[in-house]
Amino acid sequence: MRILIVGGGMGGTILANNLARRLAPEMRSGKARISMLSASERHFYQPGLLYLAFGRITPDELYRDQASLLEPGIEFRVDPVEEFMLDKNQVKTKSGKVEGYDIVAIATGSRPVPELIPGLAENSETFYTEETALRMFKRLREFQGGRVVIAVGVPHKCPMAPLEITFMLHDWFKDRGLNDKVKLHYTYPIGRVHSLENVAKWAAPEMTRLGITYETLFNVKEVDGKAKVVRSEEGSETPYDLLISIPAHRGMEVIEKNKLGAGGFIPTHRNQLNMEGRSNVYVLGDTTNLPISKAGSTAHFQAEALGENIAAIVKLGAPVRDYDGKVFCFIEAGKDRATYAMFDYQNPPDPKAPSKAIHWFKMAYNKLYWTSARGLL
Amino acid sequence: MSEHKVIDARGSFCPGPLMELIAGMKLAQVGDEIEVLSTDKGSADDIPEWIRKVGHDYLGSREEGGVWHITVKKTK
Ligand SMILES: Cc1cc2nc3c(=O)[nH]c(=O)nc-3n(C[C@H](O)[C@H](O)[C@H](O)COP(=O)(O)OP(=O)(O)OC[C@H]3O[C@@H](n4cnc5c(N)ncnc54)[C@H](O)[C@@H]3O)c2cc1C
Repeated sequence: MRILIVGGGMGGTILANNLARRLAPEMRSGKARISMLSASERHFYQPGLLYLAFGRITPDELYRDQASLLEPGIEFRVDPVEEFMLDKNQVKTKSGKVEGYDIVAIATGSRPVPELIPGLAENSETFYTEETALRMFKRLREFQGGRVVIAVGVPHKCPMAPLEITFMLHDWFKDRGLNDKVKLHYTYPIGRVHSLENVAKWAAPEMTRLGITYETLFNVKEVDGKAKVVRSEEGSETPYDLLISIPAHRGMEVIEKNKLGAGGFIPTHRNQLNMEGRSNVYVLGDTTNLPISKAGSTAHFQAEALGENIAAIVKLGAPVRDYDGKVFCFIEAGKDRATYAMFDYQNPPDPKAPSKAIHWFKMAYNKLYWTSARGLL
Repeated sequence: MSEHKVIDARGSFCPGPLMELIAGMKLAQVGDEIEVLSTDKGSADDIPEWIRKVGHDYLGSREEGGVWHITVKKTK
């Protein structure tokens, strides 16, 4: 059985390691083979970008050598897939090689596309790539006061990032004695300050307590850099001196080009995680079109379910469990307090009051992640 | 050719049915109809509210076995 994993990010790596441990005897006897094709020789821990924007993490802490994270026996190559030939069970890579498989798992992730909104890329700061997070850090150091607007595009990865960046900005300015010179204004696409109702119930009064104003049903239509105004699809506008954006996302271009899914998101079965209409193509992480958070924890829980199922297909001839929609997200509520939300398709979250302990747990997780990617945590 | 698209947002607490619709609208063509499936009864109010605010057409909603089917049309 040839198992091919496309993408060496959170989902792909956790799946590959999970499978390699389950299928060790089959790999030794030559009954199973696991290979991974990725676009980079480095593994990128994206959640660290939030801290990079405040100078609390350095870029080198965000990367590890991908090969070093993989179990022995996994054949890893940096050679991005350019063509998916699903009818032939083959992919073609950038180097021109054709790779066959019996089962393929696609985890190519998602990417911010600020360029789709007129004026957004040129006139806002963001932290969704290393380069932009560093630029934001420099900009924050220079900013001496004014109106700071947070604008949120849909869909975006890390559903807590809009709240986290807002509360962390509040503490950043407070620590610099700038709170009376800075006015933070939060905007959000739907009719409350967060998609999770219980999180919104906690976050809205917290914003009011901290003097942060907010505006809901605000979907960015355009940014006028000359007038320094953000206009919404809903017909309102808000002025800014510093605009922080969480840009809308798309899946990778290769997914769109190969017509696997609109916007680069592949139609995926919500429990079995196979691509709709294909029994040997699995999808996980940001690349699915599932109506759940695009988060590392989602990719992680899906990888565990898929690892168990693909191993069962090899050993028993059929999958054994469902993915239940589980997601776990930390929520930074400032520079040193945090809470979390855990939910699935059936159960909404019930976030507790933020505490320092949870914040330190998140900081520890930023380091423990490398153990988690190896599948040891 | 206009299409009828279905967004299955059952069991979606985050991002939730409205946010799924907002994302889906961006990928739809003018004239397409989008039917959102939601297990959150709040969607039957907040989706039409957003649709009217932005200026698309709200075509109606019905409930079947705990699932709301809310249909809208992209007009611009
Ligand atoms: C600022 C920020 C903060 C975040 N905070 C959190 C958080 O606190 N908690 C949380 O759970 N999540 C968080 N996330 C989200 C999390 O990082 C992503 O959801 C997660 O990385 C998705 O995993 P993935 O495997 O789907 O994709 P990725 O981890 O993005 O991996 C995609 C992989 O595919 C490879 N690839 C791309 N194209 C090809 C190709 N053509 N062929 C082969 N390989 C290819 C890439 O090289 C990469 O290795 C955050 C993200 C950001 C940006």
